[in-house]
Amino acid sequence: MRLLRELLSPLIAVMAAFIVGGILVLLIGDNPIQAYRLLIGSALSWPDGIGYTLFYATPLIFTGLAVLVGFRCGLFNIGAEGQLYVAAFATAWVGITFAHLSAWLLVPMCFLAAILAGGVWGGIPGVLKARFGSHEVINTIMLNFIAIALVSYFTQYHYKIPGDPILQTSPIGPGAHIARLGKFVPGLPERIPLNLAFILALIACLFVYLFLWRTKWGYEIRATGSNPSAAEYGGISIRKQIILAMAVSGALAGMVGINEVLGYRYRYYDGFSSNYGFTGIAVALLGRNHPVGVLLSALLFGMLIRGGIFVDAFTNNVTKDLVDVLQGIVILFVAAEALFRGPFNKFGLLRRSKV
Amino acid sequence: MKSIFTLSLFWSTIRLATPLVLAAMGGMFSERSGVINIALEGKMLAGAFTAAAVTYAADAKFGLGMASPWLGLLAGMTAGLFIAAIYAIVCIHYKADQVVTGAAINIMMIGVPGLLSGAFFLSSGSTPQLPKEHLIPWTPIMIAFVLVPVSWHVLYRTPFGLRLRAVGEKPEAADAAGVSVKRIRYSGVLVAGILAGIGGAYLSIGQSSLFTRNMTSGRGFIALAALIFGKWRPFQTMFACLLFGFTEAVSIQMQGAVKLPSGEDIPVQFIQMVPYVLTIVVLAGFIGSSRPPQALGMPYQKEK
Repeated sequence: MRLLRELLSPLIAVMAAFIVGGILVLLIGDNPIQAYRLLIGSALSWPDGIGYTLFYATPLIFTGLAVLVGFRCGLFNIGAEGQLYVAAFATAWVGITFAHLSAWLLVPMCFLAAILAGGVWGGIPGVLKARFGSHEVINTIMLNFIAIALVSYFTQYHYKIPGDPILQTSPIGPGAHIARLGKFVPGLPERIPLNLAFILALIACLFVYLFLWRTKWGYEIRATGSNPSAAEYGGISIRKQIILAMAVSGALAGMVGINEVLGYRYRYYDGFSSNYGFTGIAVALLGRNHPVGVLLSALLFGMLIRGGIFVDAFTNNVTKDLVDVLQGIVILFVAAEALFRGPFNKFGLLRRSKV
Repeated sequence: MKSIFTLSLFWSTIRLATPLVLAAMGGMFSERSGVINIALEGKMLAGAFTAAAVTYAADAKFGLGMASPWLGLLAGMTAGLFIAAIYAIVCIHYKADQVVTGAAINIMMIGVPGLLSGAFFLSSGSTPQLPKEHLIPWTPIMIAFVLVPVSWHVLYRTPFGLRLRAVGEKPEAADAAGVSVKRIRYSGVLVAGILAGIGGAYLSIGQSSLFTRNMTSGRGFIALAALIFGKWRPFQTMFACLLFGFTEAVSIQMQGAVKLPSGEDIPVQFIQMVPYVLTIVVLAGFIGSSRPPQALGMPYQKEK
């Protein structure tokens, strides 16, 4: 019964978003049923649909987990976007600078670079909040812009191949490449960029679960999130938890760099992220801030991104912007859960369980 | 280095500060009433797209000529108001988290103009070019800079302003004194929507002559930064907007790198960072302290 309650409100939010989106599609003169059939059908075909859906879901799992860890500590990390940019660049920097090293050494070094860079960039607003009490939402928004400008500067002035019209770094060493899943899965061609980072994302889900619910640190983070004064009274240093949670959050966001740089483009490509950091907010909220929920909602949004490209190409009027709209509506409905609590309350389905 | 303080730089600063002033003044009314406004970006996008689309339609489809940009401006204001109304209902009535709701609106507003322009103009996210004589390059600038003293007067010299500030600081006390917290907050958020809508409209039918995808490019957030930098006060906020407008003007005019007198380059990216770095520094209390309204971000639950 509890599980049903947990599932019901995200499902209603998704359905509500699809209905509102459908009305929009209808208004601009296309058939919503056809658009949605195209959206889902193209995302679930084998091997391209599923391969790309999982590939698009990978960064969203990381950013969703990042936002989740923040939320569990009572912090709102809107900075995943900046954290993943800094981390992706750091990953590429290690891959370029130590290109001559063998894969056994280089790949772990690149992983570490992504995690550390993301962690540091996420830790900064944590320190600012813990030390000066300034709001993490504003600071993460500001740090997003700073991160984007900073990596674009380094790419343009120091790591671009002279004469390259595209703003991207030189390629990383071949030792830093991680395998595409097509290498192991029969029937999945290697041209599909789905790579080992997806497996890493699954491991990250498990890690976040164990970290938050099975370790002392995780317990303290959650205690701080649910009642800071009680946590402090119980001897937990809130400041430490804020910094820790933001750093872990940033590190998770930073792992997007592994997927992007080591598994897909093999270089840093400026402006690569199509709002993965912001979509992570939707992923975490829809997934009810639980790793399993994050995994499921990342898969859903991965499907939408993949399918959106096809809807764009094969309908008259609908563009892939539909996906952004659906995303926004989903967050809106999840945030305003009270909206549905009214009519559904009669059945007692969505009543909050008494703690 | 040729002198960067030329007249053209001055005008370009004013022009670039205008949308910031409009949005930041709007944000001020909302935040002083206790409602965080990270959705300024989304409201500006709504205003920008609607203004350009309506101006184009009024001109090309209905032949309204000179009246069309005014209709566009009105439509941009209405669009901002509409988005603000959604925001207000979800945040104030349903007491949803204001930051989450704001983020949702921003994401949605990246998509909606793209979707609509794809359908109406068969383009990938922009509206058709508007004729130059059907733009309103001056009115929004005047509105913006007249708005600053007016906002000051409203905020500090009228009963409404007193109530607005009271609701943002101590809603319980305001409530006990017989002020409707909900009504004041609704008006704060709706005013923010209208002003952000004008700010957006200025971008598409004042500064340039069409709407392009994500044309605000973070100006809603810079306006928010200016508001914090200006300590939620009208005149300080206006100066912050001018400062941020100036940094943008410099980074545009210098195209690439600015030369220091010593001949060294300052890459444009570093100039772009200035507003954001300043905001973090001010918020941390290094240059005076910037204290937000006390009840900012907290939904108000009336005691029964």
